[in-house]
Amino acid sequence: MAALAEAALAAADPMVPRIVRVRKRTRDLPGHATLELVPADGAPLPRYRPGQFTMLYAFGVGEIPVSISGDASDGSRLVQTVRSVGAVSEAVTQLKVGDVLGLRGPFGSAWPTEELAGQDVVVVAGGLGLAPLRPSIYHLLANRDRFGKVVVLYGTRGPEEILYRRQLETWRKRLDLQIEVTVDHAGVGWRGNVGVVTRLIPRVSVDVANATALVCGPEVMMRFTAAGLHDLGLPESSIWVSLERNMKCAIGLCGHCQFSGLFACKDGAVVRYDRVRRLMGMREI
Amino acid sequence: MLHQPGVITRDGLAALIAALREDGFRVLGPTLRDEAIVYDDIEAVDDLPAGWTDRQDGGHYRVVRRDDDAVFGYAVGPHAWKQFLHPPLQQLWRAEKDADGIRVVTPPPPAERFAFLAVRSCELHAIAIQDRVFLQGPYVDRHYQARRDGVFIVAVNCGQAGGTCFCTSMNTGPRAASGYDLALTEFVGETHEFLLEPGTERGAALLARLPHRAAEPRDTDRAAQISAHTAASMGREMRSDDLHDLLLGNLEHKRWDDVAARCLTCGNCTQVCPTCFCTSVTDTNDLSGATERSKRWDSCFTTDFSYIHGGSVRASPRSRYRQWMTHKLATWVDQFGTSGCVGCGRCITWCPVGIDITEEVRAIRGDIAAPRDAPGGTDGGA
Amino acid sequence: MEGLERILAEHRLFAGLGQPFVELAAGCAKNTVFRPDEYLFHADDPADWIYLVRHGRVALELATPGRGAVQFETVGEGEIVGLTWLLPPYRWGYDARATELTRAIALDARCLRDKCEADHDLGYELLKRFLPVLVARLQATRLQMLDVYGRAR
Repeated sequence: MAALAEAALAAADPMVPRIVRVRKRTRDLPGHATLELVPADGAPLPRYRPGQFTMLYAFGVGEIPVSISGDASDGSRLVQTVRSVGAVSEAVTQLKVGDVLGLRGPFGSAWPTEELAGQDVVVVAGGLGLAPLRPSIYHLLANRDRFGKVVVLYGTRGPEEILYRRQLETWRKRLDLQIEVTVDHAGVGWRGNVGVVTRLIPRVSVDVANATALVCGPEVMMRFTAAGLHDLGLPESSIWVSLERNMKCAIGLCGHCQFSGLFACKDGAVVRYDRVRRLMGMREI
Repeated sequence: MLHQPGVITRDGLAALIAALREDGFRVLGPTLRDEAIVYDDIEAVDDLPAGWTDRQDGGHYRVVRRDDDAVFGYAVGPHAWKQFLHPPLQQLWRAEKDADGIRVVTPPPPAERFAFLAVRSCELHAIAIQDRVFLQGPYVDRHYQARRDGVFIVAVNCGQAGGTCFCTSMNTGPRAASGYDLALTEFVGETHEFLLEPGTERGAALLARLPHRAAEPRDTDRAAQISAHTAASMGREMRSDDLHDLLLGNLEHKRWDDVAARCLTCGNCTQVCPTCFCTSVTDTNDLSGATERSKRWDSCFTTDFSYIHGGSVRASPRSRYRQWMTHKLATWVDQFGTSGCVGCGRCITWCPVGIDITEEVRAIRGDIAAPRDAPGGTDGGA
Repeated sequence: MEGLERILAEHRLFAGLGQPFVELAAGCAKNTVFRPDEYLFHADDPADWIYLVRHGRVALELATPGRGAVQFETVGEGEIVGLTWLLPPYRWGYDARATELTRAIALDARCLRDKCEADHDLGYELLKRFLPVLVARLQATRLQMLDVYGRAR
């Protein structure tokens, strides 16, 4: 009873977290962990859309924004992949099955996956950028006949840093999907592509007048990928990117995530590229 | 619905304060403390800084004795009303471990209700601007809402402009137009009186409880003259109809380098600005294993305000000054539909090196022929 | 031989250079095949052949003592291995190794260089075609150098 009341309170005040529990934990790559979260307060999980994020709170340590990387049609759990880059993310990646954490959200804008019926879709992910794009890929594959060609391009640092590798390999076996993976550099054992992810773009053959690209990764990578897609013939209004900025409140009231006039937490993180192209080319905005 | 104005004396003002306190309001207003006129609790009319005025300029603030007893004869000081509505430190929640796990507890809403005495027109606009930010977006700030609800506002129509004031340039004064329960204009001279114009039913009801006489046309005329005189004596001015495109179209103007050479990134401007609203969160743990999360004021001038992945996006002072000024005057419009600046001049007065936002705008517009000398001077040849 | 001519004529790098050039190039060209892990050439080898990959994948790599070889680029179907054959000192700066069964058309670079020396117009045309590919690879290499996926330092 008390738990439900508190869950309702949390729902009423977006700055107050609710409690969730780690049901499953996978260590995909060194320094990364994928957590499956389920409620610990009796209330159902919030529904979310691909591209949204939550604020995860490690008690006593702090809070970080983490993209949701699971299947949005599965309301029983929240799947989130975290990379350890600081004290809070380190604490979150160290959580074990049964541990609790605070959850706020979901927040932010979504990939326009639901509006792409009839189009060719190109998904380009760099490094951890594959995590916020994975829910979109799930949606595309679960509703495969609604879309034209579906292409996934993935670039990362090296073969040992391929995120969701087994899943990529499983998807690659499908006949109705084109997946190309590349790494920035590799040792002799690697038999795949080596080079920046833009080198894969010439292998994409879509109807550029009726295609949309979803791009996520480090900001530099998104910039040169968007340029490469534009060279292929995609208009900048057909390319979507995901902004990343310092976030404290995630509800547009603390001011930290501003990117010129945009609040990354509520006007983004997913934005259409033509809206931010000029700003992304400037320093220290 | 027009309410009848009335005229009170200084005794009426004392009665006003007493009535508000009787009604359970915590009355806050200007008082002299630490050689500045700041906002604090007002228990009686004697707490007000009668007979004082201020001298303000870039990086300069002094209080000076007047040769009359005007109660409101000064411009704004370092405090803004935001410290009461959007407090510098606010607990968000507390998490305690109990037998079942973790319990999150939120603080009770504030028990007090505020009455703000002597709110200037620029400040009314600043409050309205913060109302837009905290109450009219997709998410509402519960704490601001609880404190803002029911605030009783007694506005003051400025009898003189301050040395750094430019409300007329921003269309935010000097006369209070709306957003108040009572608006007060002080008459000093042969008689010492105050014209009170109600803006709401409850303002009119409060006036009715005070000893007063009906206002006559000569009173309202005099008030209008005072405001006109104030409007004509602004300390600064700033053309403001083109700022959005002017600033966003000049993000690489060399003036930013010039101001960066002077700006200390101390953040004073963000502290004194009545519309700046940025916050951060802090977590504190105690020995019982409980953890508490609070929200506190922050400033976009701090080095780690924009920190992500091992570095700050806005590392240079240049980029941080540019962020503050373009947000205040340009991107605020995109976000909230109005300018973020109300022309109060505090940022000019309280900047330790006297950076003047109106001058920076003029320079970027090209109205200034050459950038001012950076500290250190020239070779001596020029 | 006709097959080679057709392939060269249709390749975007040689488009518009005219039938005489295609015949000349085809005359100095041969089909090659490399088994997995077989080297096309090593660093410092004379840059005698240009490889137009028909099928398969070639890794460009550099060996460093104690670290083994690091692949910095792979070249696939329709792409060229060997862009600097036109420029002195006419030696390769890296190793090229087939990572899977690879079939390529090898063009005689010495023969083409002689032809370019004799016919500067042809030389300029070829430079105009190879330079953009070289610049694109240089830009890609710069982006790789940024190590955008790397950890914050």
